[in-house]
Amino acid sequence: MTFDVYLNVAVAGVMTGLVYGLMALGLSVIFGVVRIVNFAHGEMMSIAMYIAVVLFSALHLDPLVMLVPIAAVMFAFGYALQAGLINPFITRPEHSQFLLVVALAIIIVNALLIIFGPDAQTVQTSYAYDSFQVGPLIVDATKLYAAAAAIVFTVALFAFFRFSLIGTAIRACADNYTGALVVGLNVNRLYALTFGIGAACVGAAGTMMTLIIDVTPIVGPTYTLLAFVIVITGGLGSMPGALLGGILIGLTEAMAGLLFTPSAKSMFSFAILVLVLLLRPQGILGRRLA
Amino acid sequence: MSRKRNRPAKSGLKVTRRTFAAGMAATGIVAGIAPFNIVRAQAAALKVGVLLPRSGFQAGIGQDCQRGVEITPALLKDLGLPSLSIMNADTETNVEVARARAEKLINDGAQLLIGAFDSGQTTALAQVTEQKGIPLVINIASATQITEQGYKFVVRNFPTAPMLLNDELNSQKEIFALAGVAPKTAVFMHVNDLFGTQMSQGFHAMMPKYDLPYTIADEISYDPAARDLSVEVTKAKATNAEIIIVVGRLNDSMLITRELIKQRWTPQAILAMGPGWYDNPYTKTLGKMSDGPISLVPWYDPNKKLSQMLEAAMAKTFPDFNLNTNHVFTFEALLVAADAYKRAGSTDPKALMEALHATNITDNATVGPGIKFDANGQNTGVKCSAVQNRGGKQVTVAPKEAANAKLEWPMKPYQDRA
Repeated sequence: MTFDVYLNVAVAGVMTGLVYGLMALGLSVIFGVVRIVNFAHGEMMSIAMYIAVVLFSALHLDPLVMLVPIAAVMFAFGYALQAGLINPFITRPEHSQFLLVVALAIIIVNALLIIFGPDAQTVQTSYAYDSFQVGPLIVDATKLYAAAAAIVFTVALFAFFRFSLIGTAIRACADNYTGALVVGLNVNRLYALTFGIGAACVGAAGTMMTLIIDVTPIVGPTYTLLAFVIVITGGLGSMPGALLGGILIGLTEAMAGLLFTPSAKSMFSFAILVLVLLLRPQGILGRRLA
Repeated sequence: MSRKRNRPAKSGLKVTRRTFAAGMAATGIVAGIAPFNIVRAQAAALKVGVLLPRSGFQAGIGQDCQRGVEITPALLKDLGLPSLSIMNADTETNVEVARARAEKLINDGAQLLIGAFDSGQTTALAQVTEQKGIPLVINIASATQITEQGYKFVVRNFPTAPMLLNDELNSQKEIFALAGVAPKTAVFMHVNDLFGTQMSQGFHAMMPKYDLPYTIADEISYDPAARDLSVEVTKAKATNAEIIIVVGRLNDSMLITRELIKQRWTPQAILAMGPGWYDNPYTKTLGKMSDGPISLVPWYDPNKKLSQMLEAAMAKTFPDFNLNTNHVFTFEALLVAADAYKRAGSTDPKALMEALHATNITDNATVGPGIKFDANGQNTGVKCSAVQNRGGKQVTVAPKEAANAKLEWPMKPYQDRA
């Protein structure tokens, strides 16, 4: 195989990985602050995907245009979910939290199945089949747009946590729960905000994913698993780690598909996960727990 | 003189001449009606459990098969066959769910099962029906072992993998002859499940015997539930093969086509040895981009009377859907069940099975001489066709006796279809 083939596959893998990274970022943000492992993460993404599909089929609204509105809707959904359902479980044992979010995931999948049926739904934009050719490199237009939107969204999120007052307060909650309470921060509200931000991330990722894949109610669990592989590889709770993990998994799957057999490409992403757990259990950019 | 008729009163049943006469009359009425009861029992609808993957990643095809179920009752009536009481169940594209649902249907009173599109799920059904002694009529599933391991309660009106391959390889030669071409290289892509791997093994084993003009430049297997096949298509494109031979399903047929367009590669032909490429969601979603691929599949003979009845029924009930293999073979499975029930005159599983083995339907819809089962319960007469997507519909280009259109070769480049 020529260099062109490797180049094309690597670029496609990185672009897919960026979108994966944004999806996993939401999971990492939620765990990093609220310390809830959100097993309904992929299912929340499928809600955003269906919103994008419905808006496109009913009103012909392009998913790229609807990226911010859908993220806002998912923010509200996440905020309400944390404030109304998850907050009472914050101080309960971990297995109670686990059962709660797993139940939520099952409810979401089945509700989508009842509402939309099992058929795959697709967003057929005018640029669905477009690609850009730069010398030997052919770049899938939809993946490029999705990757660019993922970068913009991630940078905005970093800036929010780094420079805004609320972002700083959220980081304070993550660093020291008791300390945050002592200085008078409304921790429950900040937790709800954080869950909302995590849901907005997954909403944005889901909206962009509709450009790349077909949507079915059962798409969620696959991406929940993928998000866990990414955040554990990158470092659970680390935002740069989630993005790095996404790129690493996207690239690994693409190159493994090219160099070995494509049907076994997920095997390689799980192999990386096992290696990370063995050699650096806190993840590549994760902090070692005391 | 008069006899005293008064008797001492007894507690309990008191039989008098009047009650005796009334009892005899009632017995007579019951006895008189009894034969009609028997007739009514024979005419009662056979309870048929239909198992299909109506959710999960095969949902599209499972629901398409279900459309074949929906159009059947009216057609059976037109053909003068007994009606069937359909009990639907969803296998969720999962072997274990298929097994559990089959057991439940039988426990709920199903007297015959039909299903289940996929070889893995159908194998599970066959194990259950064999254990319970209930007949199974397979609509679609090609794994050879299902009818070759001595099961007594299974019949299949669908080709086995070797039969499929034999027909498909012969169809390829017929197509190359019709097009007047001899492609030198091909890339072979297939799903990595029971169906795909069996087809792959069989393809490699049988290919040398058929004197095909091409060599396989690369073989690429992929996950049947894949969400992205860009790497697979890049790999295929890198071989510079003239044609693509593919064994897959609906999900991957759409993914491959999208990637071919984005990666700006139109091979001379896509020869599909399996479902997906002729399915309605494929043509509906991809529009003009769906034209060109040739499916080498068991299909209906558009010139047969029953096929025309099926086309009319589909057009009436599901105007947005073209008649295809999923509908026709699911319908024929129900046809076989109704025909056997009519001849058996009973819901007894053994009587039904005997009737199924004695099936001889000559005026069927699919390509071939008709429906007849061998000692293993396999219809060895089912034939494949070469079906090309054209203008959002499918036309039969081979075999000659079932053709209704001429072959178009090579495929029109995707970039010229805007």
